[in-house]
This record gives sequence, structure tokens and C-alpha cells, in this order.
Amino acid sequence: MRRGRRAARFVPAVLALALATARAEEGVVSFTIVGDAIPASLTGASGDPNRGRAIVTDRTRGLCLLCHGGPFPEERFQGNLAPDLAGIGTRRSPAQLRLRLVDGRALNPDTIMPSYYSLTGLTRVGRVWQGRPILSAAEIEDVVAFLATLREPEGRP
Amino acid sequence: MPRHPGLPLPVALAALLLTGAVAGAEPIAPADRRSGFDQMSAEIQTMQRDDDANPGMLAVVDGAELWTKPPSSSRPACAGCHGEASSSMRGVAARYPAWDARTARPIDLQGRINACRRTHQGADPLAYESPDLLALTAFVATQSRGQRIAPPEDARLAPARAEGRALFEARMGQLGLSCAICHDENWGRRLGAAAIPQGQPTGYPLYRLEWQGMGSLQRRLRNCLTGMRAEPFGYGAPEYVALEAYLATRAAPLPVETPAVRP
Repeated sequence: MRRGRRAARFVPAVLALALATARAEEGVVSFTIVGDAIPASLTGASGDPNRGRAIVTDRTRGLCLLCHGGPFPEERFQGNLAPDLAGIGTRRSPAQLRLRLVDGRALNPDTIMPSYYSLTGLTRVGRVWQGRPILSAAEIEDVVAFLATLREPEGRP
Repeated sequence: MPRHPGLPLPVALAALLLTGAVAGAEPIAPADRRSGFDQMSAEIQTMQRDDDANPGMLAVVDGAELWTKPPSSSRPACAGCHGEASSSMRGVAARYPAWDARTARPIDLQGRINACRRTHQGADPLAYESPDLLALTAFVATQSRGQRIAPPEDARLAPARAEGRALFEARMGQLGLSCAICHDENWGRRLGAAAIPQGQPTGYPLYRLEWQGMGSLQRRLRNCLTGMRAEPFGYGAPEYVALEAYLATRAAPLPVETPAVRP
């Protein structure tokens, strides 16, 4: 019985290893996708949720509110092309959020969400934007840290 | 709103070359096509409808003057060959882009005006987005106001239309977006403050409040490409003419509105 329990613990670990894929791209730090997530911080450190909020609400940096709405009462004219961000921290783990920000195409090739931390599969990138991801690794971590704090479902104070 | 898998541009163009045809049904059925006019505020709609308030009419008036003015003393004015624009130019804009036999390529209305200047008037082409080219194009296009967009049934235009569609549906730029993601699949929704229109080119050249001036469809396409953080094609590039040729088939049978006013 003890052996059985150990085996049961072992199976998910093997599955996770089997699904893990390391990504190395020039111009971005390498990371490992495990299942539908990137468990490890891209910088090795935790992000700053306050800086993350500033990025999310900045329409020229994070661009998030062009498509997403969210619990930002001071922000007028939020987009509605994508799911509302209220409560996203309860629906997704930080590791899941990280992969969705870094390169959502890994989960859904047809996603309209930009890949914020990837330089592959892009065409005709404007001269001023070439060779750099939309957000830096540190900015990704800041946004992950902030989104993880959004734990109130929509419509609640 | 139908969804389309977004293909990277090289893949989309390769698929196009392999099949030699436009794949898939029309993204927006003719009965569902809407001008961006319908999504504007009542104030801006009124501004467009009222010729005395429509700032685009200033360009049309300038164009009317250019129509009758010979570019040099030895060469005819536009009116010298074409006469009264209200009859000779009626319906022309509704059929453009058209096939240009001389260059064996599709040509858009402003390209046609410049070709005419070169061949018949011995004059230099007017620069893209110059007040004179916008004015003449707006004047000619206004003669089709109210007429339904009716692209010619001309098989020679098919490759350009197919290329235009592939471009429209190709993901481009740092953001990896395509024209189709917004204008086919999400029109009617809100991108930040902006209600997303279908992107129907019914009123070009038009007066855009954001520009505080007139602009061509090519200028508008460049704005969107820049917004996607893509490198815009140069003015006059065949890619724009291909996009215009596709967009005309995508817009028919909406009526021509030139000079439109847009926010």
C-alpha cells in the first residue's frame, strides 16, 4: 500500500516531465513549459504587482485594456474582445498566467492574444519593434504578480 | 461572426499559390455588410450628410477646379477629354480598382488619375496624400456618391483580389494581428474606446477627425499596420492595390459615400 501511494505520486511527476518542453529563443531568456504553464519565474524572482498594474493599464505598454475589461474603475473605454480580467487570479495560477502572457499560441494557435514574450512566428515586424518582445521578462513577472492579485469576481467591490 | 485561423503571411501566400484560388466563403455575407457610418455618433453622421458641414467637400471643390485646369498650356485639362465629370465620371469609383491594360496590373483610382496625368497631360504624377491628388480623387469619386460598389467581373483582377484577401487575413507585426481578426471576426465590439467597424472602404478619400484632414485608403491601411506594429508597405505598393481590390469585392453592394467623414 505504501508502495502504491508512492507510485501514484510518481505518475503525475512522470507525466509532467513528459510534457515539459524547454524553449530557447534568441533575444529572450529560455524557459520550460510544463503542461499548460511555465512554473518558474522568467527572472528567478517574483514580480512587483504595483508595477504590473501600471503595465496592464498602460495602453501603449501592456495594451491589455484595448481588448480586456477589468476591475479598473478609473479606466474609461475598456475593450471587450477578450475575457474580463476580474477574478483571473482565482481562475489561473501564476504559472498558467505566465504561459498565456509569454506565448498563448502554445495552447491555442488561433488565439488573438499577442505573444508578449516571443520573437518567433512573426511577420513584417515594424522596424522599431524588431528583435525585442512586447514586454521584458521582468515586466512579464510584474504582470503575472499583479494578475494573481485579481481574486474578486466581476461585479463585487 | 465567423472565425478564421490566422496564418502567417508566408504560409497564407504559399497556400494561395498552391490552390490558385481564394479559399473559404465570404467572411461577411453581402446582406450583413455595414458602412462604418452606421456606428458613428449622430453628430458626425450629420456632418457627413450636410454638404455645408462636411469638411471633405472643401477637397471636392478644390478637385472640381483642378478638373478644369490644364496642367500646362499645351495639354488638355481633365475636362478637355472627359467633359462634365457628373456624367463621364458617374459610377467610375464604384468600379475601382480596375485592370490597367497599359501596365497589365490592377490600378486604383488615384493611380489612374496619375497615369492619366503622365500619358495624356505630360505632367508629373501628384504625390500620394498631396492635397491635389486627394482633391481630384475625391472629386471623381463623389460623382459615384450613392451608387453601389460594383467591382468589375474581370478575371484578370482575380489574382490581386486573392492576394489582397491573403494579406487581409495574414497575421503581421509584433502583435501578430491581422486585419480580419478585428474587421471580420470582431466588428461591433470595442477595441479600447473605438467601436470596431467592418472596415468597408465606402467613402475614400475621406475626412477623418483624428487626422484633421483628408486621407486615402492607403493612409488608413498604413495606420492599421502601424497599430499592429507591422512595417507598413510604401505608398503606391502593389500590396495596397491588392488589398483595395479585395476590399471592393468585400464591400459590394454598399453605396459609395465619398467624401465620408469618420472619427
